Amino acid sequence: MFRDLARAISCAVISISIVLAAFCASAGDMELLGAGATFPQPLYSKMFDAYNQQYKVKINYQGIGSGGGINQLTKKTVDFGGTDAFMTAKELQAAGSPVLHIPTCLGAVVVTYNLPGSPKLNLTPEAIANIFLGNIKKWNDSRIVSANPNAKLPDLPITVVRRADSSGTTYIFTEYLTKVSGEWKSKLGTGKSVNWPAGSIGQKGNPGVAGYVKQTPGAVGYVELLYAIQNKMSYGSIKNKAGKFIEPTLKAVSAAANVKIPDDTNVSLTNTEAADGYPISGFTWLIFYKEQNYANRSKDRAEALAKMLLWAVNDGQKYVEPLQYAPLSKEAAAKANKIVRSMTYNGAPLFK
Amino acid sequence: MKTKKKTASGGNRSEKRFNMALTASGGFIVVLLFAVFATLLAAAVASIKEFGLFFFIGKTWDSSTETFGALPFLVGTLCTSFLALLISIPFSIAISIFLGEYFKEGAVSTFLRSAVEVLAGIPSVIYGLWGLFLLMPAVRLLETQIGAPPHGVGIFTSSLILAIMIIPFSASIGREVITLVPGDLKEAAYSLGATRFEVIKNIIIPYARSGIIAGILLALGRAIGETMAVTMLIGNSNFLPTGIFSPANTMASVIANEFAEATGITASSLIYIALVLFFVTTVVNIIGTYVIQKVSIESSKEVT
Repeated sequence: MFRDLARAISCAVISISIVLAAFCASAGDMELLGAGATFPQPLYSKMFDAYNQQYKVKINYQGIGSGGGINQLTKKTVDFGGTDAFMTAKELQAAGSPVLHIPTCLGAVVVTYNLPGSPKLNLTPEAIANIFLGNIKKWNDSRIVSANPNAKLPDLPITVVRRADSSGTTYIFTEYLTKVSGEWKSKLGTGKSVNWPAGSIGQKGNPGVAGYVKQTPGAVGYVELLYAIQNKMSYGSIKNKAGKFIEPTLKAVSAAANVKIPDDTNVSLTNTEAADGYPISGFTWLIFYKEQNYANRSKDRAEALAKMLLWAVNDGQKYVEPLQYAPLSKEAAAKANKIVRSMTYNGAPLFK
Repeated sequence: MKTKKKTASGGNRSEKRFNMALTASGGFIVVLLFAVFATLLAAAVASIKEFGLFFFIGKTWDSSTETFGALPFLVGTLCTSFLALLISIPFSIAISIFLGEYFKEGAVSTFLRSAVEVLAGIPSVIYGLWGLFLLMPAVRLLETQIGAPPHGVGIFTSSLILAIMIIPFSASIGREVITLVPGDLKEAAYSLGATRFEVIKNIIIPYARSGIIAGILLALGRAIGETMAVTMLIGNSNFLPTGIFSPANTMASVIANEFAEATGITASSLIYIALVLFFVTTVVNIIGTYVIQKVSIESSKEVT
């Protein structure tokens, strides 16, 4: 809990320290600066530490949230940003010159609940949408029971718990629900924070949602897969587009990305066609400017950044699975390689 | 309050330098205050232009459609802080009388006083955690008893935790003004045959009334601005609350929740809320300090 709480309070402090760190870095050794999404932060810490030991380039990544990452990159106070949601057209325009995205790993969102006996539930997209819209009010509603003939579902009111802070987790979850439910699309839509129906409880961060669910019989919420695994929470299998109920595992999440990926990797991985794919997942990206000669950056710095990024989507991928993130599919890694190689300095490619 | 002015004995340079240093640091505080205000104002301009005063009556807060109205947060803040105040008043007055009149000295008093001070110093996140683990299940039990939706979090739970957090503030100020009550007055009352309760009711409370009110006002300022504990216990629902058990949201907690990821007009609207919050707490504090000042002037007059 403390990580998220501290983040909220010290957001402003962090942005100041980033600026300060930028000054310090320009004076001393080469140190690359990054900021953004908190979801992949444990992975990035591990990766960048390993990179530092191998190549003697320090990388300082601050988990200040996706929005903050985009902000800091656009203000040019960091060398790269991290985000769980692809930058919007508006944000890309505000950035001035082209910004590139490379996926580094995948995240997934699970539906977690507190029911007597912790049964493994099968959940259909319709059931999930109606639960979070507030249309299904009891656990023994026929729309839940029909997919779980063997589970004993109590006559218990459902308390919906969702994130109170804006987050990439909410973005992936609402994007999925927008795809599978017309009512959701017209009423709430997709976003890092949406206008949740009255009566739902908002809690801060994954720990907040998880804590409330754990304490409240009948509560249902959504958290990151990584968080649910680490805390041994009960979560449901979800029916994917192919009609199979898929249990969220790293394999099933990676499988969801077995689809055609566009050249800019701007693809939604929720509800994909992949037959064995878990339907609520998405990429997390590193973002950086395509043209690296800006704000008096040296060519050395640009080269160091490009090398590090290339490493992150190739050798660096070996750190992904041990930390329980889902690694990139081959196709996604190939696209990411191509994107990094398109970086330029003064218009000339950084990689020959 | 009287300030002693010392005329620097001519040519004493260290005296002058010391004076300058003091003036500079005093001035710096004022500059800081205005800098905070100016920064908030500058960052909120976009939202002020867009929503103007409708911001205060808008009921929808939706960042996906970029409609922002802060009424639910204003109502949430006012409800939680005033309810907390109501809950805390009897306790803080009782504590101040107890420590200011009954047990002025001795081991019990010292122990109690430091206990109150420790209570004031506990970080608010710890209050939040405690509330989450103990208060929330208790309130849920109460809610199931009376048939309210058993959320466990909401206005009532936050008010309870806020009340506990602000009691030390109003109690310690209350204790101080009660000890200021001149002994002559009390002794005069006793000599006329008044009981202890009568002395408290007719002499001490009326004499210390404005000071006690000031303490309560300062506590209110803290309740309005309290963030962490409330965020953890209020349920963070961006709708007008429908009752004291319904989940709601306050100005401070909506900022804490959403600011990290906010961009553009969303960020600006959050800062607009911050500006309002800054304004409200400043006014409450100014009134509180003014009342305290008046009290101490009056009491010094009456003693002499």
